Amino acid sequence: MLDAAPSDETLLEVNNIEVIYNHVILVLKGVSLKVPKGGITALLGGNGAGKTTTLKAVSNLLKSERGEVTKGTITYRGERVQDLAPSDLVQKGVVQVMEGRHCFEHLTIEENLLTGAYTRTASRGEIDAELNKVYEYFPRLKERRRSQAGYTSGGEQQMCAIGRALMSRPETILLDEPSMGLAPQLVEQIFEIVKSLNEQEGYTFLLAEQNTNVALRFAHYGYILESGRVVMDGAAAALRENPDVKEFYLGMSDEGRKSFREVRSYRRRKRWLS
Amino acid sequence: MPDSVIFGMEVFLNGLMAGVLYALVALGFVLIYKASGIFNYAQGVMALFAALTLVGIMEGQVPFSHLINAVLGTQVHHFGWHVPALLAVALTVVVMIALAWIVNKLIFRHLVGQEPIILFMATIGLAYFLEGFGDVMWGADIKKLDVGLPQGMNSAIDDVTFGIFGYGFFIDNLDIVATLVAALLVAGLVAFAQYSKHGRAMRAVADDHQAALSVGISLNFIWVMVWSLAGFVALVAGIMWGTKMGVQFSLSLIALKALPVLMLGGFTSIPGAIVGGLIIGVGEKMFEFAIGPLVGGATENWFAYMLALIFLVFRPQGLFGEKIIERV
Repeated sequence: MLDAAPSDETLLEVNNIEVIYNHVILVLKGVSLKVPKGGITALLGGNGAGKTTTLKAVSNLLKSERGEVTKGTITYRGERVQDLAPSDLVQKGVVQVMEGRHCFEHLTIEENLLTGAYTRTASRGEIDAELNKVYEYFPRLKERRRSQAGYTSGGEQQMCAIGRALMSRPETILLDEPSMGLAPQLVEQIFEIVKSLNEQEGYTFLLAEQNTNVALRFAHYGYILESGRVVMDGAAAALRENPDVKEFYLGMSDEGRKSFREVRSYRRRKRWLS
Repeated sequence: MPDSVIFGMEVFLNGLMAGVLYALVALGFVLIYKASGIFNYAQGVMALFAALTLVGIMEGQVPFSHLINAVLGTQVHHFGWHVPALLAVALTVVVMIALAWIVNKLIFRHLVGQEPIILFMATIGLAYFLEGFGDVMWGADIKKLDVGLPQGMNSAIDDVTFGIFGYGFFIDNLDIVATLVAALLVAGLVAFAQYSKHGRAMRAVADDHQAALSVGISLNFIWVMVWSLAGFVALVAGIMWGTKMGVQFSLSLIALKALPVLMLGGFTSIPGAIVGGLIIGVGEKMFEFAIGPLVGGATENWFAYMLALIFLVFRPQGLFGEKIIERV
């Protein structure tokens, strides 16, 4: 078993990036973060904070949505990657699981998984071995392998999307909002699998999540985004105990749970670089 | 057996054969629509362009000769050689692949993520550009295309049917060849889409561009591949239609015959294009045969569309189209 704790080696480094959509809409105003090898790093924040945009900036999926990184740098293993095509990045070992699953609806579960191996030149045998490994982690997918993905449940689709990403044999997985639209029990299950993939297979995760509570329980380190800026970061355990995080993201304070009427707006600290 | 029944049978067979020719055109539409959600209005013109290029290469025509002569004051028209049919077909395939690459590079790469209607408009632009381009490149005169396919009445069928009914059926050899080619083409395309890695990627792209990008599928590569395939299908359709009625600019109008086939068979189904084509072909020939004389004929112009409309009302995705998946 590999060591669960992240190493000192930084795989992915995002340095003060600014992202603009359609040449006018400024979404990220200087986000910096580091993803250490072997760790689970969480990107937290509310709707529109810029979590998804950050992930897409890394995986280079912004272009197809008319977004653009206008300032800052993104490096992977010290190499500038922001001008690469998404397929090159997948070959380098960075793959994204998109928000809202995005399975190929008309393909069967197994075909979905096989498309994950598209960039690989492996033999049929190796790919079958990989497929069996994914089925070990997600036995549910094996039962549904012949069903069209569009007819499977939300949880199964999430598993399919993660499994599909695993098929490319990545090093780093960018996981966007895995809890979206799933029952709490299922969310727990998905995060357990993420944890065991991290611990047993050594995959590095950068996950964007609104469910701060779950994310901070499973992650090693967290960044909190607000309106396109990192407003706070720290070890997950420390963030969980931080009074501001407790109050604004976990919905509790020293005086116990508060009603919405008493919630104050967040006093934003200006931070350009972390 | 009464004469009308025997005639009816002959009309039915000819309808099937005509249907195959419609289906050949429809196939090209299905391929591009499946992989990119683009309704390629230019498919008919691509068939025309492919046929023009094929004839041009075979006859050793100098491309852009009118333009060259007008600018340089020369009198060049032909290189003075003839290229064998098979080699000319291979060269035309290369031209169609180049065309696919250029179309993607210059047009569709810049329209990623745009509304379908904008992509559709782009294909209309492409259609008329390509028509004009074909004119400038190869000239506007009607050309004869003969790649050595058998033509004329099939005497074996004539003899057999004469032996049975005392009346020989007229079935064109070319139609029989077209049917065989279409069957091969469809089997090949279905196998490719279902079982090959790139075929699977093509279907993945059709379902979700963004997700396809996220797993490392290159949209550009898939689109060039699909447009090349559609170009190849257009070439096959161009050869069949061009041999039948000569290579002329009205060839681009066969696209209009393919539309009802698509509505019937479904925009996303390769076998659907064939079955749709057969139903339309048989339907319009039989309708013309049985009802035509009562209403003064010329029903072939509108029958297909009427049939397609009826189908649309009851089965919007067509007979074989992908079910519109709605989870409730």
